[in-house]
Amino acid sequence: MKMRGARILLEALRCEGVKHVFGYPGGAVLHIYDEIVQTSEELGITHYLVRHEQGSLFAAAGYSQATGKTGVALVTSGPGGTNAVTGIANAFMDSIPIVVFTGQVPTHLIGNDAFQEADLTGITRSCTKHNYLVKKVEDLAPTIKEAFYVASSGRPGPVLVDLPKDVTAQVCDFSYPETIELESYKPQVYGNPKQVRRAVQAMIEAERPVLYIGGGAIAAGAYDEVRQLAERLDLPTTCTLMGLGGFPANHPLSLGMLGMHGGYWTNMAVNNCDLLISIGARFDDRVTGKLSDFAVGAKFIHVDIDPSCIGKNVRCDFPVIGDAKTVGRQMLQELDAQLSDGVKIAPRDAWHEQIAEWRRQHPFSFKEDGDIIKPQQVIHELRRITGGKAYVSADVGQHQMWTAQLYGFDQPRQWLNSGGLGAMGYGFPAAIGAAVAHPDELCVAVVGDGGFQMSLNELATVRQYNIPVKILLINNGYLGMVRQWQEQFYEHRYSHSDMEVAPDFVRLAEAYGVTALRATRKDEVAHTLEKGLNLPGPVLIEMKVAREENVFPIVPAGAALKDMILA
Amino acid sequence: MKHTISVHVENEFGMLTRVAGLFSARGYQVDTICVAPTLEPGVSRMTLTTHGNDHVIQQILQQTRKLIKVRKVVDMTASPHVEREMVMLTVNAHMGEQRQEVLSLVEIFRARVVDVSEDAFILELTGNFDKIEAFIGLLKPIGILDIVRTGPVAMTRVAAVRAQQLADEEEEFSELTLNEKV
Ligand SMILES: Cc1ncc(C[n+]2csc(CCOP(=O)(O)OP(=O)(O)O)c2C)c(N)n1
Ligand SMILES: [Mg+2]
Repeated sequence: MKMRGARILLEALRCEGVKHVFGYPGGAVLHIYDEIVQTSEELGITHYLVRHEQGSLFAAAGYSQATGKTGVALVTSGPGGTNAVTGIANAFMDSIPIVVFTGQVPTHLIGNDAFQEADLTGITRSCTKHNYLVKKVEDLAPTIKEAFYVASSGRPGPVLVDLPKDVTAQVCDFSYPETIELESYKPQVYGNPKQVRRAVQAMIEAERPVLYIGGGAIAAGAYDEVRQLAERLDLPTTCTLMGLGGFPANHPLSLGMLGMHGGYWTNMAVNNCDLLISIGARFDDRVTGKLSDFAVGAKFIHVDIDPSCIGKNVRCDFPVIGDAKTVGRQMLQELDAQLSDGVKIAPRDAWHEQIAEWRRQHPFSFKEDGDIIKPQQVIHELRRITGGKAYVSADVGQHQMWTAQLYGFDQPRQWLNSGGLGAMGYGFPAAIGAAVAHPDELCVAVVGDGGFQMSLNELATVRQYNIPVKILLINNGYLGMVRQWQEQFYEHRYSHSDMEVAPDFVRLAEAYGVTALRATRKDEVAHTLEKGLNLPGPVLIEMKVAREENVFPIVPAGAALKDMILA
Repeated sequence: MKHTISVHVENEFGMLTRVAGLFSARGYQVDTICVAPTLEPGVSRMTLTTHGNDHVIQQILQQTRKLIKVRKVVDMTASPHVEREMVMLTVNAHMGEQRQEVLSLVEIFRARVVDVSEDAFILELTGNFDKIEAFIGLLKPIGILDIVRTGPVAMTRVAAVRAQQLADEEEEFSELTLNEKV
């Protein structure tokens, strides 16, 4: 059937099973918006008008991270596209599948410095997995097919499709390709059996192994495989910031998070292990600290779908290129085979005991201080009240680290945060995405007073669509994480981290028509939180917390894990 | 160490910037780059020279393979190969002794004179890096007025290609399939 480009776009989205789009209109995408208002209902697609393009990308990210589906964003040319760049870079760093459609000036004006022209494929080349400029309407459907395929396969990531305005007006026959194969892109899913065999043998023989789970394991849906490997091989298991929920926090084998703000026992275990088994993690500098001192006595198994991650930061003894779930299954089969040959798993009791001892020596702790609310207490209460079942996003800063340390994520895709890019402003819109995907679940955005001010414009969005996000604002009146570094590493010189002027957040929320509550004393926390979480619709819950609390442990930037500061 | 890398790319819009941009974004050096179509429609072949330690080269190969429209990346340096580069030079060639001297160098190096004027020649020479450097070295004292080099192109030796094909057929799975884009 013949139709114009704008309609083809929507039909293609329907073919991809897209139900929700986060976007913001403008001149270059007017044909598309005109089509949306006429046909999106019939196609089963709901468009959410965010209040800033960055929010559309963060919402699409949260949507994707909470479901595993590909998120979709739509923005206009020029400033719409440039506003989206931070969100695209975030998705790139955290391997989140998103297809973002940007408007572009008409093809005959490209390169002319036309009104609202920006070279969006050029600008986003280094922060997309791939990007496309569609030059004629005949290419539109195949390009969209390819974009979704590339975004969601292999190591997932954002793909941008730039749509000149005239292309969305041109007419052609619509038919959507059923399958796709790219000569130049064939992710390796299945692990090399020889390498799997060797890796499993090392896992059986190790005396002090640690299993190290990253976001890749969640992306691959490898939760069951990871858990079985850990249980059957008796492996203490740690998760990266991105991997939290990839292994249940309440499991006896769980070590919690490692790295810069990881537990003492976790970092000690990693540093003293004789075998580190990494599945879908990338040995980020925030995880390893000083590389030359990282797990020096250990051999490394590295399972990753992205060959360029293997051997990038640490030498690797047993590389396995493949999808975490597939390789996990292969490993379990291989384990069966080796065990049935009579091989015995090395005893690990002493190792578990050693780790338990480290945990007893320095568990996570904080000091009470009269009536003052401690942020850690808020996160503990959040865990208690929600039973650990909520979808929780965090913004970036101290509150993010406390949430990561203390909430205890037992399920994958429950924890949303901006790990690689560390983009303030992410938390609230990401929770909007999660809440759109899971309208019947509790979705909480834990945000700092700094980061919330980078995206509080989305209060209008949650009000408009009555999206029941609960915003838990940890208000310390500081750019807390910056202040902490200035305290610890710059002799208390607080340079521009004290936000001397802040809005009255409760009245601000109310101005948007969003219900808001506030707690200022310790004994109000449980009650206020419980009440706020149980109110219908969007709610802001402000916790006025201790101003100068620090996140511990902390590994100073560039220092070795063993040199973490405990208090 | 210097490496010569061959990259087969799908010849679409912006492909050269994708590869070059990757190098600059990740801080790799590009010493030379040379691109032209292959026999297969829509596919071009780039020859890049770069330098770095083994770790850097491994990363360059992997990161380049990761680009969606890149079909194949081969480190030519790893196997026997032939490398050739072309240079064109405008050199002084005043009537008399100087002209003779230039012509005899042309003869020795099997270069060619491709343009002649009263007091200068344009010379063309193809060869490997060392030959070209030697030629330039000898012409310098005479006076090089202009120079342009293509940067090397490289091709794996026939014997090595055959051996690789045999290996591919026999091999069920390589130790670690890091060398070819799969
Ligand atoms: C867009 C952006 N700008 C700057 C930073 C640097 N930064 C990291 S944490 C932080 C402070 C965040 O303050 P707040 O949101 O109040 O959270 P808190 O640390 O106080 O919990 C800053 C400025 C960043 N991560 N992202
Ligand atoms: Mg703060």
